Amino acid sequence: MEHVAIADQIDELHDPDTFITKYIWSQDHKVIAIQYGLTAIFVGLVALALSGLMRLQLGFPDTFDFIDPSSYLQFVTMHGMIMVIYLLTALLLGGFGNYLIPLMIGARDMVFPYLNMLSYWTYLLAVIVLLASFFVPGGPTGAGWTLYPPQAILAGTPGYDWGIILMLASLAIFIVAFTMGGLNYVTTVLQARTRGMTLMRMPLTIWGIFTATVLGLLAFPALLVSAIMMMLDKLLGTSFFMPAIVSLGETLDHSGGSPVLFQHLFWFFGHPEVYIVALPAFGMVSDVLATHARKNIFGYRMMVWAIVAIGGLSFVVWAHHMYVSAMNPAFGFFFATTTLIIAIPTAIKVYNWVLTLWRGNIHLTVPMLFAIGFIFTFTHGGLTGLFLGNVVIDLPLSDTYFVVAHFHMVMGVSPVMVLFAAIYHWYPLMTGKMLHTGLGKIHFWFTFLGTYAIYLPMHYLGFLGVPRRYFAMGSTDFIPESAQSLNASITVSALIVGASQLIFIFNIFWSLRNGEKAGHNPWQATSLEWQTPNVPPKHGNWGPTLPQVHRWAYDYSVPGVEADFIPQNVSTDEVAATADETPGAQI
Amino acid sequence: MKLVIVLVLLVVGTVAFHFISPWWFTPIASNWDMIDTTIDITFYITGFVFVAVNLFMAYTIYRYRYSASRRAHYEPENKKLEIWLTAITAVGVAAMLAPGLVVWADFVNPPEDADVIEVVGQQWQWSFRLPGEDGILGTVDARYIGPDNPFGMNPTDADGLDDVLVSSNELHLPLDRPVKVLLRSKDVLHDFAVPQFRVKMDLVPGLVSFLWFTPTRTGKFDILCMELCGIAHYTMRGYVVVDEQADYDAWLSQQATWSDMQGLAAGDPTQGKGLYAVCGSCHGQDGQGNAAMNAPRLAGLPAWYIERQIDYYKKGIRGAHEEDTYGKQMAPMANMLADTAAIRNVTAYIDTLDAQPAQSTISGNSARGAAHYNTCGACHGAEAQGNYALNAPRLAGQDDWYLKRQLGNFRQGIRGAHKSDVFGHQMVLMARTLQDEQAVNDLLAYLNSL
Repeated sequence: MEHVAIADQIDELHDPDTFITKYIWSQDHKVIAIQYGLTAIFVGLVALALSGLMRLQLGFPDTFDFIDPSSYLQFVTMHGMIMVIYLLTALLLGGFGNYLIPLMIGARDMVFPYLNMLSYWTYLLAVIVLLASFFVPGGPTGAGWTLYPPQAILAGTPGYDWGIILMLASLAIFIVAFTMGGLNYVTTVLQARTRGMTLMRMPLTIWGIFTATVLGLLAFPALLVSAIMMMLDKLLGTSFFMPAIVSLGETLDHSGGSPVLFQHLFWFFGHPEVYIVALPAFGMVSDVLATHARKNIFGYRMMVWAIVAIGGLSFVVWAHHMYVSAMNPAFGFFFATTTLIIAIPTAIKVYNWVLTLWRGNIHLTVPMLFAIGFIFTFTHGGLTGLFLGNVVIDLPLSDTYFVVAHFHMVMGVSPVMVLFAAIYHWYPLMTGKMLHTGLGKIHFWFTFLGTYAIYLPMHYLGFLGVPRRYFAMGSTDFIPESAQSLNASITVSALIVGASQLIFIFNIFWSLRNGEKAGHNPWQATSLEWQTPNVPPKHGNWGPTLPQVHRWAYDYSVPGVEADFIPQNVSTDEVAATADETPGAQI
Repeated sequence: MKLVIVLVLLVVGTVAFHFISPWWFTPIASNWDMIDTTIDITFYITGFVFVAVNLFMAYTIYRYRYSASRRAHYEPENKKLEIWLTAITAVGVAAMLAPGLVVWADFVNPPEDADVIEVVGQQWQWSFRLPGEDGILGTVDARYIGPDNPFGMNPTDADGLDDVLVSSNELHLPLDRPVKVLLRSKDVLHDFAVPQFRVKMDLVPGLVSFLWFTPTRTGKFDILCMELCGIAHYTMRGYVVVDEQADYDAWLSQQATWSDMQGLAAGDPTQGKGLYAVCGSCHGQDGQGNAAMNAPRLAGLPAWYIERQIDYYKKGIRGAHEEDTYGKQMAPMANMLADTAAIRNVTAYIDTLDAQPAQSTISGNSARGAAHYNTCGACHGAEAQGNYALNAPRLAGQDDWYLKRQLGNFRQGIRGAHKSDVFGHQMVLMARTLQDEQAVNDLLAYLNSL
């Protein structure tokens, strides 16, 4: 099996011949990717339903008997954790990372296929343990997705007994799964690129996924140790995070621990996590924009360095989540400065996406609509980050709905817009069928306009000073009655957006059977994944011979060439020879 | 084309929403207007970028929409343009960051002459400590916290004797005096936030954090806990009342010090017995309650709870609402107890009463009630035994008809809505988690089974 990912002979691949080895215990990166993707989308739908329940309570308080303060906090917590870790991280890296890395760099598979399979099954175990917490006494933890101790493991918090233990166990298992997958992605990108695929010829998708994976490998251990330490505090009575406490009138045995230590560990993971989600999205959206605007990505080298710079900086900004956490206030100077500096490479990315459209020839396909929607939502979410990152502005806005609105725009809606763009873009490759365009457009408009109707007004609840994670606002002197009508309208929008995702789910299944045949390279893209001999690609991806790469991934509309795109595996000689042929002809 | 129009409308709509929206910062009441200025600067810069980028994008999509006859331009890089954009962005970022850091430097260095006070958080209440005449806060430790020492005062530290202990959710501050607020938690994370003051900071058990501000106008401002602290997080509220100096002094003179609290005489049940005779005519000589008289059972209720309720009746905090028919009957009765000593004697006597548990008069589904009680139990205890540390009275053995009426009163704001009923506020919010009569009956059926 050695070197099979970069070998020309395919006889060592051991094609699977039973249903089980082909679809269940599969070692093919494409099957594993789809397993990851479907599982992630399934838990994502659970988390979406939870957000609907949470919004019902906020929009119409004192109405629903089945939502009490405990279950509300459990909905909030599970929604957040599932969306960030089990949906976004898993779908972007486990799903798209797995699917695209070998295809885009011209490899037959991941370099460690067996480990790759284990990664998925371990992830599935993490999901099962997580969902099991809905069925244990006391239900899942309601400590907030940040799981801050001491309250996460003390009476007075929902699920402090069983739920939190299952949550911590599930996270630990997830991290094991991620590490197996992550080492694989990094090694594959570094070792299994095909001939001619230099690092600076890689599509930005790969740069984004690669950098995000490196971040994950460095950041997740911080979460792992904090989960283990909290587990020890809970089960063995250690005091890593537990100072002397009088809980509900009862003096506990703990002493000397630091709750702030947990927050440092959590956010040392948690901030890079934002970019673990964002960087693959940045990469994929770049490729979608270039393909559908028929234009090279503007400033490719700058884009690569921006990804790397953002990745590096993401490790020195974590405490901007902790400006009001009672850490040493002097840290505020450092972290506000680094945080605002990170805005510069991020802004460059936005400029370059827009400049990629400039003087393009823009096809408003469904993936393109989502990609443009992403630029809008990400610009909005990125700019509000400049408020929260600037330490003094965080004083009034921290822990209010402004924060909720900001992070949903920047790492909820925006990556999800890219995920949809990516699914509409790569579904034809994965299934050989096109998704239905009309349904796709309806899905886009509901999602794009609906999410903005949710989150734009939510910022203003934050300016008012409405705190997040409140089961009910009750009455205060400073929040006008009208804020409740705003909350109700947000809930209505959220329910509409949630329901409209059914259109997407329907489209996925309907098109599988009834979709238009995609054929070879329907978007006329340059990158390697579209140049496989079969659609969808077969086990081993490339037939007998691996492709040879001659150019970067963005040769669209090259002057002097008839076709408006030149695939990466076409040499300059072939371009000259085929100049008269129909664009898109198989070379 | 549709997309272009929508993008333009979204940009215009967002800007319009910003200016028309009635939802904005509550008027400031502290010295931190520089924070508001920094927000304004940030709004101008980010607003400009938002409008410019998106309108440019909309124009681009319009101008370069697909046409079969046109080809995209091939331009991998434009070094000069990229450097310019980077430089301009850097300038914009610096323009936002610089004032932010200047204001932060101010925030982390409280003025030397600031008054020092302490805010103590616990699930799900606030209390406050002032340094007293010596100007020094006595030392404290979580290990000293107990029923007689809720603040955890060090019993051997003489500096603490004159500390003023405010066991209420309401804090008073003098106008125009800078105040450095030390923050301490007994149990979990909390966050002291007063939106009108613009500043907030977490309370963390095991350490003391701080913030400072100068109140610049009088008034009563909500304190909200803004760090998730458990089931009743959303009910953890309080008030800061900013007073003119004279009003502040008057308030301060009424507050008890640590040495006052230690010197409080315990009630005398023998003397209380005589005083109770009047109460007994309605509440029963054994404190067993009397449904016909609408008088609830008193036996089994903790002395501190009855003491507080009598005090509330006397001050019109309870029993003054128009629709509180039976509470209004109780108010004049409470006035018959002349002073704290008399109240303490009566409650000491009630403490000795031993009546049979109340009869159930309400039926419901006790299993469903148990699920509802899950929330209540966080404060009132798993067995409804009550919890002094959380100011939650015993519920087990109480008359169900009385509890039902009180839940109704809390829900409608007949009880607990008075500004000074700082513990009743929590019940107003909590009673609203029971949506209909069936839910209340189920809950009471469960309580009857305990």
